[in-house]
Amino acid sequence: MDVQQESVVDPAAAGPAAGVQEVTIRVTVNGAVHERPVPVRTSLVDFLREDLGLTGSHVGCEHGVCGACTVLLDAEPVRGCLLFAVQADGHEVTTVEALATGDELHPLQQAFWEHHGLQCGFCTPGILLTAYDLLRERHGVSEAEIREALSGNLCRCTGYQGIVRSIQAADESWER
Amino acid sequence: MKPAPFQYLAPRSIEETVELLREHGEDAKVLAGGQSLVPMLNFRLARPAVLIDVNSVTGLDGIEVEDGTLSVGATTRQRTLERRLSAGGSGAQDGGWALLGEAAGHIGHLHIRTRGTVGGSLAHADPAAELPAAVSALGATLVARSRDGEREIAPHEFFQGFFTTALRPDELLTRVRVPSWPEGTRSCLLEVSRRRGDFAQVAVAAVVAMADGRVVRAGVALAGVGASTVEAPDVAAGLVGEVPRPQLIAELADDLCARLDPPSDTHGSAGYRRALAGHLLQRALLDATSPTGAAAAA
Repeated sequence: MDVQQESVVDPAAAGPAAGVQEVTIRVTVNGAVHERPVPVRTSLVDFLREDLGLTGSHVGCEHGVCGACTVLLDAEPVRGCLLFAVQADGHEVTTVEALATGDELHPLQQAFWEHHGLQCGFCTPGILLTAYDLLRERHGVSEAEIREALSGNLCRCTGYQGIVRSIQAADESWER
Repeated sequence: MKPAPFQYLAPRSIEETVELLREHGEDAKVLAGGQSLVPMLNFRLARPAVLIDVNSVTGLDGIEVEDGTLSVGATTRQRTLERRLSAGGSGAQDGGWALLGEAAGHIGHLHIRTRGTVGGSLAHADPAAELPAAVSALGATLVARSRDGEREIAPHEFFQGFFTTALRPDELLTRVRVPSWPEGTRSCLLEVSRRRGDFAQVAVAAVVAMADGRVVRAGVALAGVGASTVEAPDVAAGLVGEVPRPQLIAELADDLCARLDPPSDTHGSAGYRRALAGHLLQRALLDATSPTGAAAAA
């Protein structure tokens, strides 16, 4: 049977699930291929932060409510805390680190800078990727569409006014 | 790392999956989109010894039309359903099927729907979930596979109670088949929730086929008003053959509400839910039976 079965590292462990289990995954993150062994119960966002050092993706609620861990998996926004790293094997992940080019902010980030789109900044990476997904193939999005997209990202500082304004501004300024 | 340790298996075919379910059965959970299961793992409310990830199983996803029947694979993402079947979507040629796209659009947030699956939502059987209500109203058939073969299950048999379905531990939900509804069918899904993306306090799914001003076929189901999805066959039967006057709709809604036994919790009292169910049912039926569909918007 061609089943991807993980080796039990500790052979003395009792029962099939008692041992530490690792599997080697190959995942493309922001264009770079990484091949790493990873415990099967490590979430994608923990893998990105702790194994790859990409600490831009934040860990908030860890049960899919806050959206701080939003990353793009094969170009679709997903919760990084509700996906195991092993599930990203063979897939492409995009994080907030992919937006800026060197010291030059992405137009979306520039708009957040100019229009007060953040205060503490904890929710910002997830919101940037949500907005990136919303604007990537669209022009002239309405405020209602922006707020609908943002409904999956919690911000406890701004009251969202600045965020909505920033996304509206980026809709104008981002040449795409 | 939040979940308790588990053994991770990622089969590639339906045959392998049902073999693994036969082997691990009670100790295993099927991991589809993971949007409900993984939070439960992270809180350690669920501690399965084995996770069987079906995301790489071929032949388990996709939306097809076979002999006039819509067939939706279990690992079809909710976002795909929303895109393909909402009004105006490429697959919305049937007025009844648009209900599935509408229901999918109410599930969680965009980031949840890109990952969450149709089969996952149905097999999880949250009593406040939208898709179970939609497939119930549409008279769909749920298809389960085990090593012994395939069986078809009607929604009222499938949804047995609070997070409980008719699926045996060795069975995998593979697809849902939705019959064709006649020309002139309209559907409506209305929901009230505390915040955008929350589960429904109450949701009503209604499908009505009309001919010559009279109802020829109808299906109604509610979410959030019982231990599982509540079908309302009496309401559907009361409409068939009739001209759907507001008075008739109001009487049918009142009759149903008097028989409902909704839960009381922090999201709403039983009385509030009962009142909500009555209002939403009336509005959904007025919308689904009016040629312009203006009633629900008003």
